[in-house]
Amino acid sequence: MTILKLENVSLSLDEKPILNNLSVDFWEGHIHAIVGPNGAGKSTFSYVVMGLSGYKNITGTIYFKGKSINNLTVYERARLGISLGWQEPARFEGLTVAQYLKASKKDNGMSIEEAMGVVGLQPQEYLQRACDKTLSGGERKRIELASLLVMQPELVLLDEPDSGIDVEALERIFDAINILKERGSTVITITHSMAVLKKAEHAFLMCHGSIIDKGSIDKISGYFENKCIPCGHKNIPVLGEVQQ
Amino acid sequence: MNDKREIAKTLYKTMGLTDAALNDPDIAHLVINGNMVVGAHLVPGLVVEPHETQNGVTVAMKVLAGSIIQKPVHLCFGMLPEDGLQEIIMDVTIEEHAKVSILAHCTFPNAKNITHKMQANILIKEGAYYSYLERHVHAPGGLITVVPHAIVTVEKNATFKTDFELLRGKAGIIDINYETTCHEASLLEMNAKVNGIDDDDITIRETGHLKGQGAVGVLTTRIAVRDNAKATVYNTLTAHAAFARGHVDCKEIIQDNGVAKAIPIVEVYHPKAHVTHEAAIGSVDDKQLQTLMARGLDEEEAVDLIIQGLLS
Repeated sequence: MTILKLENVSLSLDEKPILNNLSVDFWEGHIHAIVGPNGAGKSTFSYVVMGLSGYKNITGTIYFKGKSINNLTVYERARLGISLGWQEPARFEGLTVAQYLKASKKDNGMSIEEAMGVVGLQPQEYLQRACDKTLSGGERKRIELASLLVMQPELVLLDEPDSGIDVEALERIFDAINILKERGSTVITITHSMAVLKKAEHAFLMCHGSIIDKGSIDKISGYFENKCIPCGHKNIPVLGEVQQ
Repeated sequence: MNDKREIAKTLYKTMGLTDAALNDPDIAHLVINGNMVVGAHLVPGLVVEPHETQNGVTVAMKVLAGSIIQKPVHLCFGMLPEDGLQEIIMDVTIEEHAKVSILAHCTFPNAKNITHKMQANILIKEGAYYSYLERHVHAPGGLITVVPHAIVTVEKNATFKTDFELLRGKAGIIDINYETTCHEASLLEMNAKVNGIDDDDITIRETGHLKGQGAVGVLTTRIAVRDNAKATVYNTLTAHAAFARGHVDCKEIIQDNGVAKAIPIVEVYHPKAHVTHEAAIGSVDDKQLQTLMARGLDEEEAVDLIIQGLLS
């Protein structure tokens, strides 16, 4: 069953097209990965679905559980069950980790302590720390995932969930993604990482603001690794070479 | 005597505190309502001589050389009436190698037109330590004018830390002016946090003169202004000696029709001294706002939480 559907969605920023007549469906309860080169529009896709300011002026329609969410604000989309984990999460001067997680907490989400355990951070060590620049990038990233675990949204958008994460902590990130799925969330990861891609059940290849291919992980990862990464066209898809 | 005790308890209650501190023999306190001393208790090493005047009190406070006052001394300056003037004149001496922390509460819970003025002369002698946390609780409306001014001298190896907090109620007209002179290897930290609403008018002048070699000074200001409130912050650090180090850090958040100004002034008169400054004024950080909204907080809830963090 489709939980999220984008139909002919386009967005330009400063007159530069970023999303280009994008149409794609995502299935409820599954883990999806969107891969593509830098500048393909992957992060923009997640911002558009979340409805962030500066990313609302789209053409086309975004459907969540069959209803258009085009006119909804960020928090209205969040209350419907959509949330986003940023590639570089915001730092909050003066707020503790506990306060940030408490603000994210919803009834059906994990307890704060349990979520901290999943992402490998000791609650007694971290909850009273400031959620600011004194945290390392990896620590802040794991707290971002914990905030999604305590929220348990129906649809989780994860922008580069592995960036800034060391190898040891990467398994914790994968654990968190699996737990989100087991507890009923649909997950869409935005990634360059083959490791993250291979944890997904469905893969999408994005180039120049469009989904140019989709399918099994093996198919998309093979194409991405062998063609996209060395591609010299820089977001100008060679359409004859894909979807074969 | 019982009436005074009840007034002291009432003042504490307006701060959201119990009167436990008033009953603790190890905690020194001085409680002033208007121009009346309604409670006083001393501990060894601390000398406090209050005198009632027509519009307030003069307080001579001394911590004797080498005395370490273990628990924070409670000072409470308040006015329960709706109108009036309270003038506090403080003469503070922290003698050599003495140490004391002051927890000062200023409460004007019923204010309609109150002016609270303080003029302090503070001398922190060699190796001594003095910290002063001044926490205000104001009525939600009415006009309150708060004018705390201080001249501070921090001698060799001494420490002066001050925190000014006005986060509850309507700030009113705030005119803070602290000027501190720091001698060799001394430490100065001045922090101010104010939440301005309605038509509040906030002016903060904090000045540190790092005169001695190795003196260190940090001035930190956090202000939020909403509605039609205004805030102007003058942070000045001057460094006059080798290895003097200073930093000025001012952040102001504005919402609605609020207006904020920051005027950081750094002056360095010695090639081996170093002073830095940073100032940021603007609306709530968009990424912080959208992060919280993506967790389901509406814009007002998100702004409140961000400001709560900034002023915490």
